[in-house]
Parts: sequence; C-alpha cells; structure tokens
Amino acid sequence: MITAGIDIGAKTVKVVVLKDGKVAGKAIDLSGFDQRGTSDRLFRKALAEAGADIKDVRMIVATGAGKGEFPHANDPVTEVTADARGANVIHPKGRTVISVGAEEGRAIRTDAQGRVVDFAVNEKCAAGAGAFTESMARALELKVEDLGPLSLQSTNAVPMNAQCAVFAESEVVSLVHAGTSKQDISRAIHDAIASRISSMARRISVENDVVLIGGVAKNKGFVESLKRDLATEVFVPQDPEFISALGAAHIAFEKASKQGGN
Amino acid sequence: MKANYGYKDGSGEFFITIDTDKCNSCGDCAKVCPPKVIVMITNDYDEVVPAVAEEHRKKIKYDCAPCKPVSGPRNLPCVAACKPVAIVHSW
Amino acid sequence: MVEFWRWKEYRWTAPDADWKNAGIISCGIDVGSVSSQAVIMTDGNLYAYSNMRTGSNSPDSARRALDWALEGTGLKQENMHFIVGTGYGRINIPFANKAITEIACHARGANFMYGPTVRTVLDMGGQDCKAIRCDEKGKVTAFLMNDKCAAGTGRGMEVFADLLQVHIEEVGDLSFKVDKEPPPVSSTCVVFAKSEASALLRKGVPKNEVLAAYCSAMAHRIFSLLERLGVEKDFGITGGISKNRGVVDRLTKELGITSLTPRYDPQVAGGVGAALFAKSLVEKQRAGQVAR
Repeated sequence: MITAGIDIGAKTVKVVVLKDGKVAGKAIDLSGFDQRGTSDRLFRKALAEAGADIKDVRMIVATGAGKGEFPHANDPVTEVTADARGANVIHPKGRTVISVGAEEGRAIRTDAQGRVVDFAVNEKCAAGAGAFTESMARALELKVEDLGPLSLQSTNAVPMNAQCAVFAESEVVSLVHAGTSKQDISRAIHDAIASRISSMARRISVENDVVLIGGVAKNKGFVESLKRDLATEVFVPQDPEFISALGAAHIAFEKASKQGGN
Repeated sequence: MKANYGYKDGSGEFFITIDTDKCNSCGDCAKVCPPKVIVMITNDYDEVVPAVAEEHRKKIKYDCAPCKPVSGPRNLPCVAACKPVAIVHSW
Repeated sequence: MVEFWRWKEYRWTAPDADWKNAGIISCGIDVGSVSSQAVIMTDGNLYAYSNMRTGSNSPDSARRALDWALEGTGLKQENMHFIVGTGYGRINIPFANKAITEIACHARGANFMYGPTVRTVLDMGGQDCKAIRCDEKGKVTAFLMNDKCAAGTGRGMEVFADLLQVHIEEVGDLSFKVDKEPPPVSSTCVVFAKSEASALLRKGVPKNEVLAAYCSAMAHRIFSLLERLGVEKDFGITGGISKNRGVVDRLTKELGITSLTPRYDPQVAGGVGAALFAKSLVEKQRAGQVAR
C-alpha cells in the first residue's frame, strides 16, 4: 500500500512516500514562488523513486504552513501533530519534540504513542526560528552551513543583547568591528537562539528523551548550544528536515489501514 | 503612572504594567520574583516603585516563562504578592 | 555605493536671541542609538541645537553634538549652568550633571513643543518606539516603550528603503503615489516582511505600492501599541519617523485624530525636555542656597 506525507514549509517542501509503512521515496527542494508547482513536482519525484504510480497512492496527508497549497492531499494535519508522529516513528522513546524550521519553532510533549500532550509555538518572529541564523550568516558574509562548524571551534562565550534578528545583525557587525572572532560570534548566535527555544520548551516541561527535528537541527552548533542550555542529551535523527513529512505519511498509512483493503 | 515594560513583536504582546499610583512601595513583588525580573527603583519623579530590570525588558516572554507553564496552574508570584493590585501581565 | 537610509545632520541657532542676558543657561543632551542631539536653552527658551549621527561611543557622540550646538554662538561648555543627559547613552555622558530617562524628557519636551494641552505623545525613534501620556505639566501619567523589535522603528523603515533603493526622506511621498491603497504587508517581523516585499516585487507590484503596503503595516502596528495605552487629545508625534507622512498620515487616519503641529523641530523633543529638567534643577539649587 502506498501512502504519502507532504510538508509544505515556509522555505522548503518535503515529500515522503511509504510502501506498506516503510520509506520508499522522498524529495526536498526550496518552496520558491510557486509552492503548488513545487509540491506537485516533488510529489511525482518521490513517487518515481518509490517506483509507484500516482494512481496507486491510497492516502496523502499534507502539513506545514502551506498545507492548503496541495490539491491532491486527502487530509491536512497540523504541524504539531505531524512532528509528534514523525518523531515517535524514528525515536519511540522520545517524549519531547523540538522542531525548528525556517520561520517557526515548536516544542511538543508527546506520549508513548506519539500523540500530542502539550505544545508551545513561536511563530511570526524571526528571532526564534531558522531565519535568525540565516540573517546572522548574511551579516557575517558566511553561508549558513558554515556557522555550525565555526561555532564548535569557539573558545569564548560572548553574550548577544539584541533579541530581534534585525538589531542582532547590527550587533554582529559591531562584534566583527570589535575584533571578536567569527568562531565566537557563531557560538553567540547559536546560544542566543537556543536560549529562546529552550525557554519555550520549558513551558511544556521538558521530559526525556528530547528529539530535535526540522532543518535547523542539521546545524551542529545550534545542537550543541541547545544541549548546553537544556542540560540534557538531544537526539537528532538522520534527515531531521523530513520528520514532519514522515509523520504525515504515517498518519496517512494508519488512516488508510483503518479503511481496510490494500 | 502606568509604566508598561515589555514589547510587542511578531509572536505577540508581552507587557508588564505597573501602576505606580496604586503602589505602596512595599517591595514584596521584587522579593518574590524568582528570576529577578522585577526590581525596585527610584524613578524620575523620586518615587520608589517596582520596574522591570533593564536586562530583562527585551525578553520577558522568555524570562517570565517559568511562571507561565502552558498547562497546569499559573502562578505569578509578583501579582500575588501585590496587595494593592498594581501589577498586571498582558499575556 | 548610495546609502539610501542615510539622513542629513543639521544645527540651528535662534536668530535674534542673545545668551548674555540669560539668567539660566541649561543644556540637554539626548544620545540615542542612531542620532544624538544637544539642546541649549536660555531661561527656558530654545537657543541652539544640533542633530547628528551617533558614533561608536556615547561620550564622543555627546561631546560632538554639544560642540556643534555651541558652534558660532560664543558660548562654551562652562557657561552651561546644568547639563542633563538622556536617551539610550545617558549614563555614559561624563560631563552631564544628571541622567534622566528619555520617557520623562520626551513628555516634558512635548509639553514645550506642543503646549500644555498635549496629553499623548508618540515618539518614533531609530531603534525604538515610545508612547507616553502626560499631564498639563508634562509629567508622565503612562508610558510604553518598545525597543526589542525592529518593526515599528526607524530601523525597520531603513531596511525597506534599502531593499527598494529609495531615499529614506522620500519614502513618505512616494508611498502616496499609487493608483490604489494596497493591503498592508501581513508580517509584523521585519525579516519576514522583507521576504513578503521581495515576493511582491517579483510579482511585478510597483515599488511605490510596496512602500505603501509597508507604511500602512507600520502605521497599524503603532496604532495597536497606542491602543494599549489609550490615546487622549491633544496628540503629538516626535522622532525621526514623524517626518515620514507615509506612516503619520495613515496612523492619524486610523486613530481618527490629527496630530498637532509642533512649534519646533520634533526631532529634538528629548533634548529639550532634558534642558528643561536642567533648568528646574538649577532653580531648585538656587532656591536651596537662598534658604540656607
């Protein structure tokens, strides 16, 4: 049985195709200015990778900020539900899911079945999302991928005062002018966003294991800062940006299974 | 004076309002505030009143978070300690 | 490279005034995060002022602003009976006799600029936005300040001027050169609003319409901040954005009240308030000496 999950995020679209509940194909790309077109293209790409045809697909579940942009989807689910489900599939011992995407940060407490118990969301402010690290990378004239490795080489914890991505850009520029190393600035950037994410997480009371998902989880510098701030181990699955789409695909699989047939 | 400390950003409005005309200058609010967000100051008109400490003003959403769990009892020590009801949180 | 967000520095001296007959020469220095002003008053009348860009440190910025305000007047720093520092850098002005918060200074300054009937003052600065309510003496009765988030501050507008390559001083006028008023940019956050604006431009929406959409978003944001405080007439607007009618006209339309026309340059309201506090402090000192 073929089911699919599609996560239409602010910056990227992710598709996961399952064959009998096992991952058979996936695809990711920038959302671009035509989310609908991008979604359609990636959906076909992931299906091709799974060796499946569009008419074989029993159920499609969409999630993400742009979930309404995909007309093929049978049912949308909230990002929080998809995050929780996906994290549970990949790390069943997880009880706290922290999801940090380009424009939103979420903290979710789940039960053993991956159902949502409690959650907190930081939205519509770049300071608590991946957009923050992107702005800072621009100010430093670096690629966002370079920030993580640089911050791991930092020797000094430098505080950042600005709580706004726009003001923080100016602060980063002043730190550069003051001769602070790019390594220390990178760490300051990750410490700043991690402290905002962890205080959001504490509002739902953090319970182990902690699973970190979303595109920003690929940034090792951020992961280190978050571990330090939460004072606990943080599990980052492989391909953390796909977990929400994976969750959506599993929700689709369960629904289709309940309906019976094959 | 109604002193509003805090901010509004894309994610919401986060203000602590201190009505200094109601305040009796007892200082209990500052004593009970776990992260020391609330401190006593002498303002520009020589009144001894509570204020949100400078270093917390841009992040009270986060610094006050421990007193505001998403679910479960909501306990704001500063508000509870203020007998003349001079402190209000907007969120 | 053209820096579209740059503005011009300036100074001013009262044309027919002479400081030599003054009983009290008081000075207020407002060191903001973007601009610094030095204001000199003779017996409570505006005598000279300067408005400059803030440099890398507060003491130098305060010094340069004061030197420029004094320039050509024959006055020297030692002629000042009292100097009050205000603004973000107020605690770092070594030659100031006292520091007073910008909230108190802006209220007092507005009382002078607009007259004692002013009850609500909105100050839109480079990196903050303040809303103040005051009584007939210019004493603060309520205030709210937002300096955490760039939306609704001059900095947010600079980001847009830069993105659209429009001189900051022209934003207001251009934002009205549109066929129809567009809906406001939906994101509050400047970072997200910028992405939204880029998407609009790529779709072929004219530059002026994008400016209008941002001006109206900013006006609405400030409106919602003012709602928390409550607006009572008379109403005055000070600070750098007060010169941007793209924001001001849309805001006053939404509020349903017009803003007063200030008698002097509203950019120096904080400095004027500081100078007036300085004057009162001199009077207090002198009264104390007589009593003793």
